Amino acid sequence: MKLKVEGRIWKIEKEGKLIDDIDTDMIYHNKYLHILDKKEMAKYAFSNLEGWQDFPKMAREGDIIIAGENFGCGSSRQHAVDCFLALGIKAIIAKSFGAIYKRNAINSGLLVLECKDIDKANLKNGDYIEINLENGEIKKDGKVVAKTKPMGRVQTAIYKAGNLFAYAKSL
Amino acid sequence: MPTIIEKIFQKHSEDKVEVGKEIWLDVDLRTARDFGGANVVKNLLENYEGNYIDDPSKTFFTFDCNAPANTIGYANNQQICREFARQNGIKVFDVDRGIGSHVVMEEGLAYPGITAVGTDSHFNILGAIGAFGQGMGDIDIAFVFKTGKTWFEVPPTVKVNFIGMPSAPWTAKDLALLCVKELKGKVLGKAIEFYGEIIDKLTLDGRITLASMVTEMGGIIGFIPPNKEVIEFCKNRSKREFEIIYADKDANYEKEIDIDVSKLEPLIAMPGNPANVKRVRDLPSIKVDSVFVGSCTNGRYEDMKMVANLLKGKKIAENVMMKIVPATREIWKKMLYEGMIKDLFDAGAIVSHCGCGGCASGQIGMTGRGEVQVSTSNRNFKGKQGDGDTYLASPQTAAISALTGYIAGVDEIES
Repeated sequence: MKLKVEGRIWKIEKEGKLIDDIDTDMIYHNKYLHILDKKEMAKYAFSNLEGWQDFPKMAREGDIIIAGENFGCGSSRQHAVDCFLALGIKAIIAKSFGAIYKRNAINSGLLVLECKDIDKANLKNGDYIEINLENGEIKKDGKVVAKTKPMGRVQTAIYKAGNLFAYAKSL
Repeated sequence: MPTIIEKIFQKHSEDKVEVGKEIWLDVDLRTARDFGGANVVKNLLENYEGNYIDDPSKTFFTFDCNAPANTIGYANNQQICREFARQNGIKVFDVDRGIGSHVVMEEGLAYPGITAVGTDSHFNILGAIGAFGQGMGDIDIAFVFKTGKTWFEVPPTVKVNFIGMPSAPWTAKDLALLCVKELKGKVLGKAIEFYGEIIDKLTLDGRITLASMVTEMGGIIGFIPPNKEVIEFCKNRSKREFEIIYADKDANYEKEIDIDVSKLEPLIAMPGNPANVKRVRDLPSIKVDSVFVGSCTNGRYEDMKMVANLLKGKKIAENVMMKIVPATREIWKKMLYEGMIKDLFDAGAIVSHCGCGGCASGQIGMTGRGEVQVSTSNRNFKGKQGDGDTYLASPQTAAISALTGYIAGVDEIES
């Protein structure tokens, strides 16, 4: 497992504040649920989130998303995780996650990290950060700016293996 | 001492169950619906070579989101599931049957104490009968189909005590909306147990309404300890004996929250957020374009009966479109045989085929920009039920709003 993850950040905010309760219909609207091809799903990431409809055009491989409380609440759709994986998003840091969303992301190998104080870290869009997965430290320009909650045992194992299916084969 | 979820988990796991620990859980009932289902099949085919299903007798497809399919995408996905089901000896509850989480209760496949999963974020509705149900994504469900197991982090349990009894007219939906308002942010990722006199008075249908909205409260599941009605229903349907799991008196709750229900009255969630709950009587006069009665939250027989009683012999207001979707075919049949369909038809309502109807681009249609809808559903995030403004309320408030043409509570109906 790569113990350090680096990337450019996208703070999903409105009027300077991280948006709370971004639900799965804002991330990936139910009108696209029939789509099975992940590349196609990438086009609709945040397509129902006011002010962020252009996200798929702006995001680059390796970017990191930063969000508020209860990110991904709502439905159980895996599409809301797959659309970010297809864009190459490396990690999502949120103040908290909807429970089903968190599982879906873990099972797919998308890094999801909880950090209650991420809005106090004085980060701005386009900054580059480095996350140490062992101790949870988030650094900018070499300085620790926040700390994430440690990953669970199974979460870590699944992340190391790549996804739930790969992990299960190792059991 | 263990809480309800901890007891159910311990009966289904070889690992020692402790709050915060990830355990492997045996899953008794495994389902996938028409959205998610095709991806479950895709995951199985991509990751395994044959032997896709651990136990076909415990594995089911339930088609309910879009029933019958009115888009080619949904139609294709349903057909992918049907063909996979035929090849692997899995039963399909097809588009004729209704909402999967309700069908498994009607069919006696879900009963107190079991563990069940489905690709439906409201599968925790099974807390209404004292069973563990959980909505999951298609990777999780594919894995459960193949192995019969899932990993789960044991959540802490919050005990919710309802204090008092309301003096004004109330419904289970008003209680559920009150809980979303009061518990949002306090139960994220936690299990809930509900207690109090008002809980003892709730019928099975009312329990389903309350349990269905635990998802909107942010909780994992809300358990309502089964009463006599629930136990008898489940015995009749499952035709088997089962152990009912109650928490011990000194169970290990993370915290207790008291909610006063003595002033409970008709409530409504404002567009965009199920937790933005207000009293119906505090709203200004808001003209209604459409009304939706149904969903896994309020598509039960009692909900339909409440609406039919209010509409019987009357006409819904001019320029209001009222859409009614019973949760299951069994409920639809009862409505037909008891004459409710005629009463609703004569009042001017549209009664559609059973299923989810309005939520996931369902067969009943979405709202247009500027359209004001009163819905008995459970989520009204922007865009969920279309481009319009969706208010969430009880079947009672929905029916009265349909009759008066503006959002109105029980005290505003003409006798």
